Amino acid sequence: MADNIKIATRDSYGGALVELGAKNGRLVVLDADLAAATKTGAFKKAYPERFFDAGIAEANMMCIAGGLSTMGYTVFASTFAMFAAGRAFEQVRNTIGYPRLNVKIGATHAGISVGEDGASHQCCEDIALMRTIPGMVIINPADDAEARAAVFAAAEYEGPVYLRFGRLAVPVIFDSDYKFEIGKGVRLRDGGDVTIIATGLMVAEALAARELLQSEGISAAVINMATIKPLDEELVLEAAAQTGAIVTAEEHSVIGGLGSAVTETVCKTGSSVPVLRVGVEDVFGRSGPAAELLPLFGLDAANIARKAKEAIALKK
Amino acid sequence: MDAAAKKQLKITTCKVRMGIIESVYNAKSGHPGGSLSSADIVTYLYFNKMNVDPLNSQWEDRDRFVLSKGHVSPCLYSVLAHRGFFPVEELKTFRKVESRLQGHPSMRYTPGVDMSSGSLGQGISTAVGMALGAKLDGKKLRVYAVLGDGELQEGQVWEAAMFASAKGLDNLAAVIDNNNLQIDGSVAEVNSPYPIAEKFKAFGWNTVEICAHSFDEIEVAFKAAEEFKGKPTAIIAQSTKGKGVSFMENQCAWHGTAPDKEQYEQAMGELRAALETLGVKD
Repeated sequence: MADNIKIATRDSYGGALVELGAKNGRLVVLDADLAAATKTGAFKKAYPERFFDAGIAEANMMCIAGGLSTMGYTVFASTFAMFAAGRAFEQVRNTIGYPRLNVKIGATHAGISVGEDGASHQCCEDIALMRTIPGMVIINPADDAEARAAVFAAAEYEGPVYLRFGRLAVPVIFDSDYKFEIGKGVRLRDGGDVTIIATGLMVAEALAARELLQSEGISAAVINMATIKPLDEELVLEAAAQTGAIVTAEEHSVIGGLGSAVTETVCKTGSSVPVLRVGVEDVFGRSGPAAELLPLFGLDAANIARKAKEAIALKK
Repeated sequence: MDAAAKKQLKITTCKVRMGIIESVYNAKSGHPGGSLSSADIVTYLYFNKMNVDPLNSQWEDRDRFVLSKGHVSPCLYSVLAHRGFFPVEELKTFRKVESRLQGHPSMRYTPGVDMSSGSLGQGISTAVGMALGAKLDGKKLRVYAVLGDGELQEGQVWEAAMFASAKGLDNLAAVIDNNNLQIDGSVAEVNSPYPIAEKFKAFGWNTVEICAHSFDEIEVAFKAAEEFKGKPTAIIAQSTKGKGVSFMENQCAWHGTAPDKEQYEQAMGELRAALETLGVKD
């Protein structure tokens, strides 16, 4: 881990779009009056003729993206996760998902770490919503390098992709030459007692939790699961077989997100491997600095370590 | 429009209407009322206006059509079939499990369908996206959308309208099929969208008001839309729901109901008689 460097994945997103814009003349970016916050403003500045602001009208923006994509464009449509997956859910389902259009949804400000804006803007349901759309690819990158790589991979991929980015600056974990493949989880650390499967900003917390556990003589493997759909089921089942206990960690509701996806995968094999979930516990968020909110809602290394010990205790 | 062209259009539209009845009767479900009210406009577009190639439905320079009021898919399917995109016989498979003709239009199933639609308010936004894409590419193609008058109650229509005029999308024409009826009653009773033309004007659109069943007026309206520069055009087309089948005309009940065998035969009989008056034996 590169020490002390922190970058918000929304910044990575904006930077990657500018790079892509140079290579791909048929890349178009849409935003809904949040270009300064989603960081698509960088693309707007570099390629003003290929940037369109829909104004505060997310439903319309998603469908415009769908229509544009049928004219042979790769379209990135950006707004906060709350409005991308929440407000425009049905537009994304019917006009992007159902016709399998080549639209990439760049959803920023996902999760509790939005901070001071509070519950109305802290979207902890987007992964759950997007997972129910057939064919939707969902990527929740952990850091700057992975976020950039995910944007490039999404642009290459033909079909709808939901990219989830955060507002908060998070530790840089990977080198700039990090290779990302859609649908592939990455084992970051080996361990024998329990596997922590984490996504997004919780990957850094999972690595920290591993250190905490190690000091207590517990050996934890850590997997970074950036693609939540399609889930790398092979890697999940391998982890279940190898360590016999799993803890998932995500900055999202414990309902319907990574934790659910992993549980569903483990259960369908008839396995008795316990899967415990770290996430937002079916409650709304609240205002406050992100650094205070994350531990308040159990989204930190300490809680992951606690759950890991519980999972180990449940092993048959 | 000369007399011969008009007569040919009337014959085609009559056959399109028969295709609509055939589809809905065989499916035992579907939306005949609004399909019949839109039939003249959609037929005119595909036969006399739009640059399309039934043998190459994905031709990238074709004009685009979005049926924003996607529930009247029988109208679009019947027009596409008669235009040669797929066999007319296939209309009988409408809404059946093995069919390419889904209840609401799907671009992934049906040749000639440019955009999946059905959830009201979304089609017009996709048409706006297409028009924007054409402009961005410097293509001369035009984009057409047909909306219901009840559909105007969807807020998204007005998001799309605001954006289209703000971007000067004069390559876009939206037809409002103003048959004045929706499922729960007249549009005025349910939640009035009137005055429609004034609303579009206020949103920065060019507007034209016509009779939806007069080919002369339809032709003039689309020509005016094409010639008008700087703004998209809304064509408010006053129509009769159920047009062409006596017992379906102006009846809310025929919004989403299929005819039984007796009603089917009566409807087809009326349409065959209309064809005969045009000198055609079916």
